[in-house]
Amino acid sequence: MRITCPICGARDSREFSYRGAALALQRPAPDAGDDAWADYVHLRENPAGDTRELWYHEGGCGAWIVVTRNTVTHEVRSAELAAEVAR
Amino acid sequence: MVELIAKSACDGLLPKTIGSLTLSEAAPEAITSVTPFRGQEAAVSEALKAQIGAAWPAPNRMTGRAGARVVFSGRGQAFVLGPRIAPIAGAALSDQTDAWASVELSGTGAADALARLVPIDLRPGVFRQGHCARTLIFHMPGLVMHTGQDRYGLMVFRSMARTLVHDLESAMEAIAARG
Ligand SMILES: [Zn+2]
Repeated sequence: MRITCPICGARDSREFSYRGAALALQRPAPDAGDDAWADYVHLRENPAGDTRELWYHEGGCGAWIVVTRNTVTHEVRSAELAAEVAR
Repeated sequence: MVELIAKSACDGLLPKTIGSLTLSEAAPEAITSVTPFRGQEAAVSEALKAQIGAAWPAPNRMTGRAGARVVFSGRGQAFVLGPRIAPIAGAALSDQTDAWASVELSGTGAADALARLVPIDLRPGVFRQGHCARTLIFHMPGLVMHTGQDRYGLMVFRSMARTLVHDLESAMEAIAARG
């Protein structure tokens, strides 16, 4: 699998490490309530299809990247800098 | 006052020649990390040009010349490999001179040897002279620079110096064995 880092270009997946679903960018407000926080901390989607994940370009430029990936076809559809997604 | 004896990262390990390839230590005079504050790249580029005659590099590129280079070293970061530089308004600087092991691999087949360790396309028409990459060198994060014909600069964290030399020796031996 290859991921196109927005800074470095297309690189082998061994340069990246996986964090998980790209949820950290939608952190609930401190007073959002127990249900919202339990969902944020514990509950994950398990889609057959497109999923958005955070990857770290550890063996590269050090950027955090939001990767949109298809779990059925394994196609990497896009990769964006997390800093820009969060802005 | 105790007199301390400075040792380079690859002291006692290099140089080594195997077949057509030579591996030698190539520590720059100083290594300074430069990280411009948001929106300050152009001003920092001008300051670097004034100090060492080399501009801020694009990703995967280096500017300047041997002894005074500015090398892309990560997101929003470059290393000055050369003389120590004075503080620059609009950027955070840190001295990393003793934090890295720097070596040079040269000779016919240097790219073939590196291709055994580095997961990027190293063909000279793709990874050209003046190109660089933050990538992996076998299991280590590192910096690879194409500095001249059949000539590459390699940097890893200093604590990994012995492993770097070992991995490169293995690749050099494998290339030599093929004749
Ligand atoms: Zn990258």
